[in-house]
Amino acid sequence: MANELGNYKTCVSARSTDKEILKCSQDGGIVTQLFAFALEEGIIDGAIVAGPGEEPWRPQPMVAMSKDELLAARGTKYNISPNVSFIKEATRSFGLDKVGIVGTPCQMQAIRKGMLYPFGWRDVPDKIALALGIFCMENFPYQSIVQLVEDHAGQKLENVSKMNIGKGKFWVYTDRGAVVDLPLKVTHKYEQPGCHVCLDYVANLADISTGSVGSPDGWSTVFVRNAKGETVWTKAVAAGCFETKPIEQVKPGLELVTKLANEKITKNQKTIAGRASFGAGKALRNPYI
Amino acid sequence: MGLLGLLSKLFHKSGSSAKSDTGAVKMVESKRKEEKSVADKITVGHVHMSGCTGCLVSLADNYGGLLTILDRYADLVYGLTLADVRHIPKMDVALVEGSCCINDKCSVDEIKETREKAAVVVAVGGCACYGNITRFCRGGQQNQPQHESFLPIGDLIKVDVYIPGCAPTPQMIRNVCVMAYLLLKGNAEQKALATSYLKPLMDLAAKGTEACFCNLMTEVINQGLCMGCGSCAAACPVRAITHEYGKPQGQRDLCIKCGACYAQCPRSFYSFDVVNNYEAILGAINGALQ
Repeated sequence: MANELGNYKTCVSARSTDKEILKCSQDGGIVTQLFAFALEEGIIDGAIVAGPGEEPWRPQPMVAMSKDELLAARGTKYNISPNVSFIKEATRSFGLDKVGIVGTPCQMQAIRKGMLYPFGWRDVPDKIALALGIFCMENFPYQSIVQLVEDHAGQKLENVSKMNIGKGKFWVYTDRGAVVDLPLKVTHKYEQPGCHVCLDYVANLADISTGSVGSPDGWSTVFVRNAKGETVWTKAVAAGCFETKPIEQVKPGLELVTKLANEKITKNQKTIAGRASFGAGKALRNPYI
Repeated sequence: MGLLGLLSKLFHKSGSSAKSDTGAVKMVESKRKEEKSVADKITVGHVHMSGCTGCLVSLADNYGGLLTILDRYADLVYGLTLADVRHIPKMDVALVEGSCCINDKCSVDEIKETREKAAVVVAVGGCACYGNITRFCRGGQQNQPQHESFLPIGDLIKVDVYIPGCAPTPQMIRNVCVMAYLLLKGNAEQKALATSYLKPLMDLAAKGTEACFCNLMTEVINQGLCMGCGSCAAACPVRAITHEYGKPQGQRDLCIKCGACYAQCPRSFYSFDVVNNYEAILGAINGALQ
């Protein structure tokens, strides 16, 4: 596969230097730290993040305009947060001229398509100031998370302190210290079907993308992809926001990222091919032209 | 620097091909073109059918950008209130706003004449593409209460390009104008870019004259393609779309059938060739309109 990691200028392993951010972050606290820095520096006026929703672990997109609000949205929820639905609202009701947004690879694709084809996103394209992408193999509907955590792992969702996918397993940690792991074989069938045609693992179209894969525990792999991303990243590192290590010097490193990216893309290309002959002489629709 | 030159420059700078040695030649060519840029302008007309003028206002909301377009790239040869021309002249691109009232002979004649006179017919906005709010007309408006039947122009003539939305954004109309210019006046590379940019909009035009929130159900969710990004909800001009279980849920009584949600969806159409080059394309468009 030629370009499975997308274009990027630099790639490092990093973590935030802010203890408060790291306390509840998923890995290296990259997204929270970058947005906090960008807010402080005036690079963005606010950021669309997956904030807390009405039910435990159900995210609700929100516009965070302070560090406290960013902190409330730390951590991965492993289910759908339609962050892009706020992209116009952020520039209207919230009055932002410089919008930050975090999202999955498909949401970064949505953002870039929307910048080129803004059918209904009036005055939005020029106001997207920082788009942060997160690595994503697949996502789950909220009810799937309920099923996995409450039925398979046998834990009450409201008692869960963290969820994680790593080392080939789905991990559930509770407030009282229980740790349950489920093999990914169990989780696969609960995945969101729309994820199975996705051909992007590491958010190729973000300004900066990040995820745990490739870096040691508590650290994140960071791809700085374009000039805008580079400006923000360089400033943030210079301001002491991050500890960094060259990606070549950490285990498991880019080799694993490349392997997983290829696995995702190959698997989903097969799904797309299968859709062409899904029925008896009838195809399912192919969104890619 | 003109748009053609800027595009060449950006594409060669981004290193997308190994043709950088020919880049200099192209720059010289495009520079020579700029000197007689007036002669190279395309001709554009705005044809007003039954619409609210919101699309025209949206075009005008490009402010300085519109003036630059008119100054360097396009001559406005027809347009109510904007150009002192009474009959539809020959033109390269017709931007048609509004649906056609088939109870009004003048409107029907005009849309047919538009097709005859224009090389490219663009349906600008939900009414021209899909009927939009005029689908809900029942007549009864003074002083022509018998005017009750409105059809998207695609039901009467062949339409080449759709720009759905109510109103389509200034930026979207601008992008299509720029791409139409490249298609008609650009070099081979630029024509290819414009073709791949416009192709999905041509496909929408070929697809039909009906649109609704329901398209998201029948062609995205039911087809197993929705991943809950939220693009549709942000595009909806009447805030009819929320998300349930991470998927769009439409209040169908609110839907005005403008087609913005489906067109905005990254799983309705998505071209890697175009979107992966978003920085170069947007950079060129913005740069050319400075």
